[in-house]
Amino acid sequence: MAMFSQNPLLNGPNYSFNDGPISNAPEGARQHRFDPYTDNGGSTLAIAGADFTVMAGDTRLTSGYSINSRHHPKLFKIGGTTSDQKDANIVLSVVGFAADGEALKERLDAICKMYRYRHGKPMSVKACAQRLSTILYQKRFFPYYAYAILGGLDEEGKGAVYSYDPVGSYEREQCRAGGAAASLIMPFLDNQVNFKNQYIPNSGEGHALQERERRPLTRDEVEMLVKDAFDGAVERHIEVGDGLQMMVITKDGIEEVLLPLKKD
Amino acid sequence: MFRNNYDNDSVTFSPQGRIFQVEYAAEAVKQGSVVVGIASKTHAVLVAIKRNAEELSSYQKKLFPIDEHVGIAIAGLTSDARVLSNFMKQQCLGHRLTYGRNMPVRTLVEMIGSKAQVNTQHYGKRPYGVGLLVAGVDEQGPHLFEFQPSGMTEEMVAFAIGARSQMARTYLEKNIDKFADCDREELIRHGLRALKESLVQDRELTVDNTSVGVSGVVKADDGSTKVEPFRVYDGQEVTAWIESVADDKEGGAGATEGESMEVDS
Amino acid sequence: MDHRPQAWGRPRDDVYGAYDASYLRSTGPKTATQAPVVTGTSVIAIKFKDGVVMAADNLASYGSLARFTDVKRLRPFLGTSVVGFGGDVSDMQFLDRHLNELAIDEAYEHETTASVSGPAPPGQLNAANLHKYLSKLMYRRRSDFDPLWNQILVAGFDSDKKPFLASVDLRGTAFTSPSLATGFGAMLAQPIMRRYAATEEDAARLSREEAVKVVKECMKVLFYRDARSLDRYSIAVVTKDGVELNEDEQLESQSWAFAERIRGYGTQTV
Repeated sequence: MAMFSQNPLLNGPNYSFNDGPISNAPEGARQHRFDPYTDNGGSTLAIAGADFTVMAGDTRLTSGYSINSRHHPKLFKIGGTTSDQKDANIVLSVVGFAADGEALKERLDAICKMYRYRHGKPMSVKACAQRLSTILYQKRFFPYYAYAILGGLDEEGKGAVYSYDPVGSYEREQCRAGGAAASLIMPFLDNQVNFKNQYIPNSGEGHALQERERRPLTRDEVEMLVKDAFDGAVERHIEVGDGLQMMVITKDGIEEVLLPLKKD
Repeated sequence: MFRNNYDNDSVTFSPQGRIFQVEYAAEAVKQGSVVVGIASKTHAVLVAIKRNAEELSSYQKKLFPIDEHVGIAIAGLTSDARVLSNFMKQQCLGHRLTYGRNMPVRTLVEMIGSKAQVNTQHYGKRPYGVGLLVAGVDEQGPHLFEFQPSGMTEEMVAFAIGARSQMARTYLEKNIDKFADCDREELIRHGLRALKESLVQDRELTVDNTSVGVSGVVKADDGSTKVEPFRVYDGQEVTAWIESVADDKEGGAGATEGESMEVDS
Repeated sequence: MDHRPQAWGRPRDDVYGAYDASYLRSTGPKTATQAPVVTGTSVIAIKFKDGVVMAADNLASYGSLARFTDVKRLRPFLGTSVVGFGGDVSDMQFLDRHLNELAIDEAYEHETTASVSGPAPPGQLNAANLHKYLSKLMYRRRSDFDPLWNQILVAGFDSDKKPFLASVDLRGTAFTSPSLATGFGAMLAQPIMRRYAATEEDAARLSREEAVKVVKECMKVLFYRDARSLDRYSIAVVTKDGVELNEDEQLESQSWAFAERIRGYGTQTV
């Protein structure tokens, strides 16, 4: 189903009208049915560092070719004591169908708050990640059409990024891009974060070159990568733009910045 | 053993028009250690004496946060209080989810009032054996409410429930005119003084047996108001407050009468 | 005579054959709105310095038929917010009744002497609270596969007493913006309004007079180009002092001179 593909280049842009029900009715006859999903576009990105995690997302909200809002955040702090999430230590990003994303976020946040109430301590990122998977799978047959990425610091203080599909499959990764421009950003990340296809020049005969050794990126490097990734995505994808919301999770808390992106 | 034939259930009136089971439940509140609540124009505070069953045991919690803007103090059966506390927590969370705002404190208190009243009108049910002081802030400012097992709820300026609470109430009545304009710290100190009135002879407020809960509205620099979330202070956090009321004698007199019930062990 | 009241007044079986009573069945699949029937077109709104202006015309269409020409699609709530409805009119009327109940409950809970219009008493549901509630309602109905076929704009103030404008649609998708428009308005009016209030900062500089003028201009453009629109419309201005609602505004200074230059469709052949 095109709905669950993250690759707009293969299936065409993920507009809801492309996902309409396929009718077996004869030519000319049309069946009209309510489609509970749309794609609200946008893109997200997360990169884990040695002692920090950077989460980012654009702030455009689209439906079809219309821009509904230029400022609709996709990043949410989760599990703080109060509703302003001042003491939160986990960030959730959601992209896909905005209403499902919102519902998912509120569900997870309510669960984290109840956890804090019952146990008197905040939920660990690992536990929260597992719980999020359960929440998504509970709606296996009427899924939340949302690509979620969860970011925070693990028990050792290392950056942690967990990525999900709409029905709850998840894994911990070094970096992940989600949403409309995922297929544009992910290869860039593979190359720049995990140094894929980077070889040391003249280190061997023919194609038997030595791979460039991986090293953890600094926070400044990661922030630059995020900005470059989104500037690239804005250029090539119509559903991405307007603003870049970025959150950096460190042991001292969450820093949030809002940067402009092209509005065209 | 029975006082009379009309106290077997909570659905039968006595010929005098009383429902004994509900009155007995109110007695359970008096078995709990004392809690005091006061509201000013800017803050609502709760203070409580915690009890330990024996020297070796820990102290029973008396103050519970409900939501970011509300907290409760309990006197009576702690387990019954937990049921009410969970219910209130769920209601606040649900209200925040559907309306995106703090639940108005009065609305919340009326909900547990109705819930408790049901228990007094159905055969086979038992009234809650706990009384609450509910302190919180909403759009209309700080509030303090009293809740009784009968389902009665009432907004208060200041109140005390629990064992020997009459002495604390006497203190509060004497000082009632001062509360409205008190700042945060003064209000807490008034609470602690009221609490001291209710202590038995050789007992004192200590960091181990005293709990303080505060919520309020704070004016920001730009003139807007912000909610100070309800927070419970225990242990070393209350040292300064206890010391500040350690040797004042304000309102100490006149506390000689009162109940002689010796329950505060 | 047949002893079953159900059979009274029905065509006689011996004359007309067995009566098809299938429509009387109370069991069977649950039915829900599958498509809007009587519809309202665009709702538009723009924020300004100390409030929000909203407008929608007074037409309810039945397909291409201009069926009802005096339908009020802007609805004040508690005298402090305005809700504008695009889409199915029966669903709008359902929501209207529902909001009425909500307003009465809320008024009882915060008993005040406040009149219908005027400064909001503290603690009552503001526009932000109302929008949150409506978005939950709409999302619940879409999740039940029984959507309320509307796109809704909510205007008023938020808890920080700043002007508030937000939208929610039949799928529960909720968002805010300095200016908003539903339906055709999203294509025709939104670009015009964004010229005046592209950002929140722009909107915070806009005066009431400017905002009203922009909205009236947009209503004119919509009447020119949207075939399901009307030149009579409602316009509401929400400020701290309450809601000023005019439900019988007439589109002024129309000029159809541009029409004869349009080529490519219609009756002309060249």
